Amino acid sequence: MSQPALWELPLHALHRLLASGAASAEEICAAFWDRATEQDPHLHAFLDLRSREAVLAEAAAVDRARAAGTALGPLAGLPVALKDNLSTAGWETTCASRILRGYRPPYDATVVARLREAGAVFLGKTNLDEFAMGSSTEHSAFGPTRNPWDLGRVPGGSSGGSAAAVAAGLCPAALGSDTGGSIRQPAALCGVVGLKPTYGRVSRYGLFAFASSLDQIGPFARDVADAATLLEAIAGPDPLDATSARLAVPDYSEALQADLSGLRIGAPRELFGEGVEEDVRASVAAAIDLLGELGANVSECSLPHAGYSLDVYYVIAPAEASSNLARYDGVRYGPRAAGADYVSQFAATRAEGFGPEVRRRIMLGTYALSAGYYDAYYDRAQRVRTLIRRDFAEAFERFDALVAPTSPTVAFPLGSRVEDPLAMYASDICSIPANLAGLPALSVPCGLSNGLPVGLQVIGPAFGEMTILRVGAAFEQASDFRGKRPPMAVLGG
Amino acid sequence: MSDFEPVIGLEVHVELRTRSKMFCGCSADFGAPPNTHVCPVCLGLPGALPVVNRQAVVYAMRAALALHGDIAEETRFDRKNYHYPDLPKGYQISQYQHPISTGGHLDVHRPDGSVLQVRIRRLHMEEDTGKSLHEGVPAGQSGVDFNRCGVPLIEIVMEADVHSPEDARLTLQTLRTIILYTGVSDVRMEEGSLRCDANVSLRPAGTTAFGTLVEVKNMNSFRSVQRALEFEVRRQGAALEAGERIARETRHWDERRGITFSSRSKEEADDYRYFPEPDLGALRVERAWVAAVAATLPELPEARQQRYVASGLTGYDAGVLVEDPPLGDFFDAIAGVPARSACSWLTVELLGRLNARGESITATRVTPEALSALIRLVEGGTISAKIGKDVLDAMVADGGDPEAIVKARGLTQISDEGALADEVRKVLAAHASVVEDFRSGKGKAFGFLVGQVMKATRGQANPSLVNSLLRKELGS
Repeated sequence: MSQPALWELPLHALHRLLASGAASAEEICAAFWDRATEQDPHLHAFLDLRSREAVLAEAAAVDRARAAGTALGPLAGLPVALKDNLSTAGWETTCASRILRGYRPPYDATVVARLREAGAVFLGKTNLDEFAMGSSTEHSAFGPTRNPWDLGRVPGGSSGGSAAAVAAGLCPAALGSDTGGSIRQPAALCGVVGLKPTYGRVSRYGLFAFASSLDQIGPFARDVADAATLLEAIAGPDPLDATSARLAVPDYSEALQADLSGLRIGAPRELFGEGVEEDVRASVAAAIDLLGELGANVSECSLPHAGYSLDVYYVIAPAEASSNLARYDGVRYGPRAAGADYVSQFAATRAEGFGPEVRRRIMLGTYALSAGYYDAYYDRAQRVRTLIRRDFAEAFERFDALVAPTSPTVAFPLGSRVEDPLAMYASDICSIPANLAGLPALSVPCGLSNGLPVGLQVIGPAFGEMTILRVGAAFEQASDFRGKRPPMAVLGG
Repeated sequence: MSDFEPVIGLEVHVELRTRSKMFCGCSADFGAPPNTHVCPVCLGLPGALPVVNRQAVVYAMRAALALHGDIAEETRFDRKNYHYPDLPKGYQISQYQHPISTGGHLDVHRPDGSVLQVRIRRLHMEEDTGKSLHEGVPAGQSGVDFNRCGVPLIEIVMEADVHSPEDARLTLQTLRTIILYTGVSDVRMEEGSLRCDANVSLRPAGTTAFGTLVEVKNMNSFRSVQRALEFEVRRQGAALEAGERIARETRHWDERRGITFSSRSKEEADDYRYFPEPDLGALRVERAWVAAVAATLPELPEARQQRYVASGLTGYDAGVLVEDPPLGDFFDAIAGVPARSACSWLTVELLGRLNARGESITATRVTPEALSALIRLVEGGTISAKIGKDVLDAMVADGGDPEAIVKARGLTQISDEGALADEVRKVLAAHASVVEDFRSGKGKAFGFLVGQVMKATRGQANPSLVNSLLRKELGS
């Protein structure tokens, strides 16, 4: 292979170029900005790409700091994209919803502030399913994102914009959010690394809430090492988020060793069940064999209640969403529809502002919380959630990590599930259990099925990011997926 | 009408005087220009998250402990979902299933000396809403001021143990005094830091079933609580006597017209879709923490009342001192004199003079030490009570030490028997005809003669000595 283009490189390689003076931040950011400007019309990964001037001015500032002898962190001067449900001060944040069009928040999300402090240069805001509700990014009010491996297929969702952007080399890394699989599933479908940290590991302050007890912010990256670097930058206690864990952030990069000797890995049979495509199953089975070759001790196990995950999720998540989205009334921000009084204005604003999937979930959730139904739905779902948590706790007494497919299928054609909510919801059948239990889970590319990526999911115990990153890194080193690029990335170079 | 017994349950909201709001760092102060005490959290901006103000929890615990409540080992917040322009998140963070405190009671002392015990069902924490503005905005529009949004509140729900509008007012006043003692709120009904809703129903006297509940709102003073409930009891009684059905509804009190009017039907129960607030974990309340908070509570009204009565005050006098903590504190600082005379000099003489001058007990130039000294002068016979009152006039006007005033003005009481006997003889000599009247049995004449001796001594004569000397001289 000849010298790779800058946009083909992961963060750690770019950082080395910067540190050695072989490339400037300005050159690197320009390469990605140009690439994004050229390629994004095919993908629609970005809802907003910042101006070249603004991006390069920030990059130049980092170059000057480096020239002045300032020690630079691993993200300094490097471009990162943000899912458009992260609050950015003075920069429009829409959640891909008409109801937030034109809304410029007055404050930065904690993760945004932390990346800024680390010197990252924000390239743009990426597309998502409206309010992160979806598994294909087709529910964006501003049009779908396409999968760089096959422009006729979805990138997954809801963080499809971030996944597609990283896969196509429009940016080396991005942040997403994961409520039921919204980082891992698009990472799998786009052939990149995606990490959902433990609930509480990363502050949610400034993440526009979908389902507060499930939402978690995490990174998309080219490889596991970059995901570890990003996690280190954004993780840690935050006084502004009462659910953030008061736990110090370990040096995740330390975890990345090639050897898995002695590691006990379980494969929960419930996550290989109905709906998992044969090719996906085979690809994940091969990955598990490889883990064994790397020294891990892999055996089958069971999470007896995991089979109820989808049912539990589709009560709890819409219930919380129905409350979280009540604030969008057009009174304080966002477009306001005309109405004779508050109630009619409120109703019209929401009818015009929310798309059908968001409306569906608000109705589902409102119903589940209603007097007379609360016990039968919300309360019961919480009880089953406790059982699922317990299943995981028991499994982690015997195993250091669990593995499963990230998504039951590879990327599906655009439009194929939009009219069939249940089929769409089934996309997250393998990823939802980790959200319900609040556990960290990583998706690492593990193969191709008919030219489309398959993801291996590695689930860890609470705050066991070190372990799953170690498994992911070792697997990635040994896997033959390394170096595979979506065809558009190869051609588009 | 007398065939029906009112059943009244009170729900009270108290605004806590913490420095910052319940879930963010914004100032909780009252009276700033609209929307100046706001941030992403209390404005409910997307992505903002609540963090519990520990001080508010401590204050809620203080109030709960003062009301003899049981503090929960673990307490949780819940979301109460409803839509209103002054509620920016579309839900209020409140407590539903696991309030900070359950149970408790307060003892209401009626003027006739009887005591009504009102049980408390629960006390929970929540955040206040914003305020709709209809003035200072263009015609046809409404504004919202979010300064109050997120200010911590406690809601105290009482059992329906109250059976008269007057008792309702007394209950509320007793509650106010207790909260005032805990220092967690200034509990001013007129300013909205104490708000009361009342559930009222009537039932045939002697029965125990509950009638149809009517909720009465918008009562902005203790007096209006009593008036509104009196109206409501009359209204419901008349309706029941006329064979009508009472509608389950919310009614607003109209202070000016002196009536309640229907504002909302509640035939269908409200559905607030409560569920546990996922942005806040459960709050474990360690027993050591509860004990530490309890240890900071001052003497509470009930205990103070008992202490005063034990010291010899009447229940009424004790109540006057207890209801007004600064007055009680002044009383407690009066030393070395009997409680009853201290109370009388303080609440009748000093307070009467201060009220006439528009002054308050916290700003008077009269110190408890000076008042103590004055009372001792009177009690010890150095000056008469009448002179004491003149001296107090001077103290209220110019401050100063009563002994110095007495000395400077030469007001010391004449208790020298020889000197007074001379005065008595002079008076008897000068009023021979009155002496005759006395001897012929006109009792009134004696009083005249006493008055003449007092006059001759410019009021400084010891009255009881004058009495005995006169009787001796008159041989009676």
